Amino acid sequence: MQRTLRVATALFIGWLAMAGAGVASAEVGTKTTADHSKFKELDKDFQSGPEVTKTCLACHTEAAKQVMHTQHWKWEFVNPQSKQNLGKMHVINNFCTSVQSNLKGCASCHIGYGAMTDKGVQNNEELVDCLACHDNSGAYGKPSGLGGNVLSKDIEAPPGSGNIIKGINLKKIAQKVGKTTRKSCGNCHFNGGGGDAVKHGDLDTSLEDPDEKLDVHMNSDGLNFTCATCHKTDGHQVPGSRYAPTAMDKNPAHIRGKADESNPATCQACHGQKPHNDKNAAKLNNHTNKLACQTCHIPAFARGEIATKMFWDWSTAGKRGEDGKPLVVKNEEGHAIYMGIKGSFEYKENVKPDYIWFNGDVKYTLRDEKVDKSMQPIYINKYLGSPTDGKSMIWPVKTFRGKQAFDAENKTLVVTHLAGADGTAYWKNLNWENAIATGMQTAGMPFSGKVDFIETISQWPITHMVAPKDKAVACNECHTKGGRLEGLPGIYVPGRDGIPLLDNGIKLLALLTLLGVLGHGVLRIFTSKKH
Amino acid sequence: MSEQIYIFKIFERIWHWGQAGLIIFLMITGFEVHGLYSNFGFEKAVNLHTIGAWSLIGLWLFAIFWHLTTGEWKQYIPSTKNVMAMANYYLFGIFKNAPHPHRTTALTKHNPLQKLAYLFILVCVGPLIWATGWLYLFYDQWVAWGLAGSLSLNVIALGHLIGAYAMLLFLIAHVYLTTTGATPLAHIKAMITGWERVH
Repeated sequence: MQRTLRVATALFIGWLAMAGAGVASAEVGTKTTADHSKFKELDKDFQSGPEVTKTCLACHTEAAKQVMHTQHWKWEFVNPQSKQNLGKMHVINNFCTSVQSNLKGCASCHIGYGAMTDKGVQNNEELVDCLACHDNSGAYGKPSGLGGNVLSKDIEAPPGSGNIIKGINLKKIAQKVGKTTRKSCGNCHFNGGGGDAVKHGDLDTSLEDPDEKLDVHMNSDGLNFTCATCHKTDGHQVPGSRYAPTAMDKNPAHIRGKADESNPATCQACHGQKPHNDKNAAKLNNHTNKLACQTCHIPAFARGEIATKMFWDWSTAGKRGEDGKPLVVKNEEGHAIYMGIKGSFEYKENVKPDYIWFNGDVKYTLRDEKVDKSMQPIYINKYLGSPTDGKSMIWPVKTFRGKQAFDAENKTLVVTHLAGADGTAYWKNLNWENAIATGMQTAGMPFSGKVDFIETISQWPITHMVAPKDKAVACNECHTKGGRLEGLPGIYVPGRDGIPLLDNGIKLLALLTLLGVLGHGVLRIFTSKKH
Repeated sequence: MSEQIYIFKIFERIWHWGQAGLIIFLMITGFEVHGLYSNFGFEKAVNLHTIGAWSLIGLWLFAIFWHLTTGEWKQYIPSTKNVMAMANYYLFGIFKNAPHPHRTTALTKHNPLQKLAYLFILVCVGPLIWATGWLYLFYDQWVAWGLAGSLSLNVIALGHLIGAYAMLLFLIAHVYLTTTGATPLAHIKAMITGWERVH
């Protein structure tokens, strides 16, 4: 009887909680003027992604056209300063190296259906994937290996293997569309580099429901920012790309109604130029002439209890276990530290960033550029800047070290064909020569057939996971010898800097003076006794 | 029977000890700001150092007023007379129980060497510390004042530090020399009570 009562109470409390949640979501729901679940156009068993898109476009007539002009669609970005042709389609990184030749897998994060290198896909509005960004149900996702297509029904892949890939109910998702959420953006951006937290260090699934300590703005019990609150999107153009970062923002805070030209995603776009107003405000506001806000306000990255990858050595890949399958070795936390298909890794949580002078210019080492092994590590992307160029600020970065395949004869970085069920994909066959030959052929690049490995570094801006102000980096973490800014040139940091000769010289001189007067005193005592 | 004369007036004594305390406090906090050791923590050390500096500036305003209105500033006018005799006394005479070459009176409180030392502090070390200290304190305003192009913080900090180091050496010698009065504590007593026992 008592047990029944307890169960009943628990059920009642559970019901109350759910009812509460229902009320809360209804309140949020009231802010939008359109409840998509009431649209008869969406009350339909959609068989494919493009079918959903077609329905969206019936009302949102310009949406796909807008999307097709974006970096999110093209995966291309021409840097306005350096004119380097960047974006996922062109850069080589030191994670899985390139999306080229691996689109079957990588395109599951493309906001379109189908292989994007295909001209037919590039201009077909119905192949824009609205749900990738606008799903509010949290259920949307595109399996890897399908070239960016979504599954509305379960399939067996490969056929006869017994391996079932789950389909999703597109009607339910289409009826629950809305503005982008942390989760909808995070579906791709939290998983960059092939897994949760792997790539950026300041973006991972802990930001889906963060507390104040993890991110003072996105705190789901507080300000509850979404990504788009800062990355204020206009006509599907999402500002704040790391391909052309704003290192120094001297603009005032944005004002509603005013045509503000500057990047809306910077701290200054809301906080302005004099953001501090309590203790030591003048001194702290003055620090903004040399320090990016992030330098003090993001004391560490990977703070959400999910470790980020810090090092990846492809050169050790290729080992198989006793069962003949690629070997996997895990550490105590369950992270794979060795995978036969990928090599060796290092993971870290709560990582103090490195600090550099950064002026917003980034120089990429693209796949047609010569690399010299004697100069390793090679910067995959070098953040440029100096203390004297008048454009640089001190920025926190994640330094990701890698060791990856390169063409030993042509001396270029290479596109590695990793994903796929074919006879050359590395993850299936563990043969570098064949995998690179296919990768380079796909990219239209020459390959000598000689493979060697080269150490590389990629730099990632640290700009998310902003801590509450009382958790900001304290003064003495930089104003000290051996502190966070140790070795950073071109700036006098009180407490860090000095002239060792002078500082040691004065100690000696003070000691000599002390000994001198003490000697004088002793002599006085001695001689006064004699007299 | 020893003779006692009244040398240091009440304001002078308050000024002296206030200044002594503040200078030692500024050294403790200042050397921490420079990173020689850590005690308060950088942030607190900077704030305390700033409070100390403003307090000393306030004290000096009173002291300058007092010196000008009482004519006591004349005590610091240097003279070359007896300088060698004083040096000779400290180097040799003091060990032979020779008579002190300077006779302290209310009108000549400081011996000629003392005058020179204080004048050096007043004319060289003081202005160096004050000028660099103010610029350091108002670093935030350099751009507004048009100084950002011509000054660099490391030069200002270096000047301030050299001044501080000079004060440290002065302090060691100064404290020791207080013991060279008629009795080892005579000078200190005079600085506390105003009354000096003369030779």
